[in-house]
Amino acid sequence: MATRQGGLFFGRPTDRPPPAGATSVAQMIRLQNVSKTYYPRGKSAGVEALKAVDLHVPKGQIHGVIGLSGAGKSTLIRCVNLLERPTTGTVTVDGQELTGLSGDALNQARHRIGMIFQHFNLLTSRTVYANVALPLELMGLKTDEIRERVTPLLELDRLADKARHYPAQLSGGQKQRVAIARALASRPRVLLCDEATSALDPHTTGAILELLQDINQKLGLTILLITHEMEVVKTICHRVSLISGGELVEEAEVGDFFTAPRTRLGRDFLNDFLELEPPRALIERLEEAPGEHSHPVVRLAFSGDAVSTPLVSRLARECGIDVSILQAKVESIQDRTLGLMIAELMGDAEDTRRALAYLETHDLQVEVLGHVRRDA
Amino acid sequence: MSGAMLELILEATLDTLYMVAVSGLISAALGIPLGVLLYVTRPRQILEQPALNGVLGVITNIGRSVPFIILMVAIIPFTRALVGSSIGTNAAVVPLTIAAIPFVARLVEGALNEISPGLVEAAQSMGATPWQIITKVLLPEARGGIFTALTVTIVTLVSYSAMAGAVGGGGLGDLGIRYGYNRFNPTIMLITVVILVVMVQGFQSLGDYLVRKSDHK
Repeated sequence: MATRQGGLFFGRPTDRPPPAGATSVAQMIRLQNVSKTYYPRGKSAGVEALKAVDLHVPKGQIHGVIGLSGAGKSTLIRCVNLLERPTTGTVTVDGQELTGLSGDALNQARHRIGMIFQHFNLLTSRTVYANVALPLELMGLKTDEIRERVTPLLELDRLADKARHYPAQLSGGQKQRVAIARALASRPRVLLCDEATSALDPHTTGAILELLQDINQKLGLTILLITHEMEVVKTICHRVSLISGGELVEEAEVGDFFTAPRTRLGRDFLNDFLELEPPRALIERLEEAPGEHSHPVVRLAFSGDAVSTPLVSRLARECGIDVSILQAKVESIQDRTLGLMIAELMGDAEDTRRALAYLETHDLQVEVLGHVRRDA
Repeated sequence: MSGAMLELILEATLDTLYMVAVSGLISAALGIPLGVLLYVTRPRQILEQPALNGVLGVITNIGRSVPFIILMVAIIPFTRALVGSSIGTNAAVVPLTIAAIPFVARLVEGALNEISPGLVEAAQSMGATPWQIITKVLLPEARGGIFTALTVTIVTLVSYSAMAGAVGGGGLGDLGIRYGYNRFNPTIMLITVVILVVMVQGFQSLGDYLVRKSDHK
């Protein structure tokens, strides 16, 4: 792993020694067995916000953590820069174990970790310029050094003409751009994004995500983000973890997660995102057990080669059944294509059983949603 | 009205301004830090110190609950030790300041409480020390609120300083009581009240102006 000193990263010699025992696999963020228990006042029982979380984010990756509210996302991301100190476990960022640090050493380490927030958290008393300059002031840089760094950042973020404005005069998207410039000012190795687009409209969200992706590619910055929006994960993440009840229940490449989530919760997120539910009238008629005159209703998800295979007509031909397509959708997930379909397999019991078996031998996920009775 | 009378009024006005200015400055200089301390030592704050916070809170509350007129009399020995006399404007400054410090502190604490916790969190994520958070985040962000607090304090001091006249503190209150009330001179009474009203209006307008200028929300 290349350890940069000075140069690109503003390093006073004492800032950070080369990480001892840095592994050949450049893990930028490493959470090992991290738990966090809160003890609310007046209650003897603790609340476990995080349970034995392991998370590894390699250098240069964009890693998303998705979960419902209250799942522990917020606590998780705050444990990375120790805004929340884990109850147990270790947090290592760029080869440096943060959980062993406190006071000045921790503050020094935090200069290497940028963070942006859902509500931007810009100082209302400072102009755009002074907001971006703040982390540099905290590091003790001189005025002219600060100017040299802040000016190009404002240009990068297309904020140069807003330098003298106060945050209250900016739109949400502009505020988040200022926050991003501020987070980048100290030239961090890692950027933490706490629901960074959740307060923005879809159009602005897209623009901010594009900026984050740009930063990731141009600066090689490692990004850890938490979100409840699948759109965010789909658009910029390389890998994604699913969090529920303080535990990471699933982790996958984004393409895999969107084509084949392994957990119930993962499938729920995906279905909500794709809005692929059978028609309401059909749901009401679905029965769990197959009957004599009923047909299975299946949800098919296919990716890769399966997308371009004329599956439905083959199924009809080879198994001698009819396929009634109730809903279908094709989604592009980064470089992958995902096809989804809800269909009723119409035929006698023997043929539909064969059809299901046929589907399972192919490269696609089959989920039998239920059976719908047909008058013979 | 005689020239001597006018001179008395002018002198009393300057006395009042003197008492308000000196006690205002000292109570701001001590009350703002106390307010910051009350805030940052709270549970889950950047310098969490529940025991210290509790003690400071009780002291502040005592300071605020003793009626000014009683405080003034009760601390006479302390005042005499400090300024060498228990009468006159300098002697009045001591109880005025002591009454105003906890007043300022609680108002400043309230102003700091208005700041979004997210701003402190953001500063912490940038590696700010507690001192940097106080000087670069808390105080600048609360500037408008602190100006409001000081304006309220100054206005309160104007009226308290009138009370100080009762123990020979001098100033407009003293003049109003001695000449206006005791000697049945409604003109003097009216003049002192009008001057006090104008003074309060002036301080309030100045304060409002400073608040407006410092508020970019």
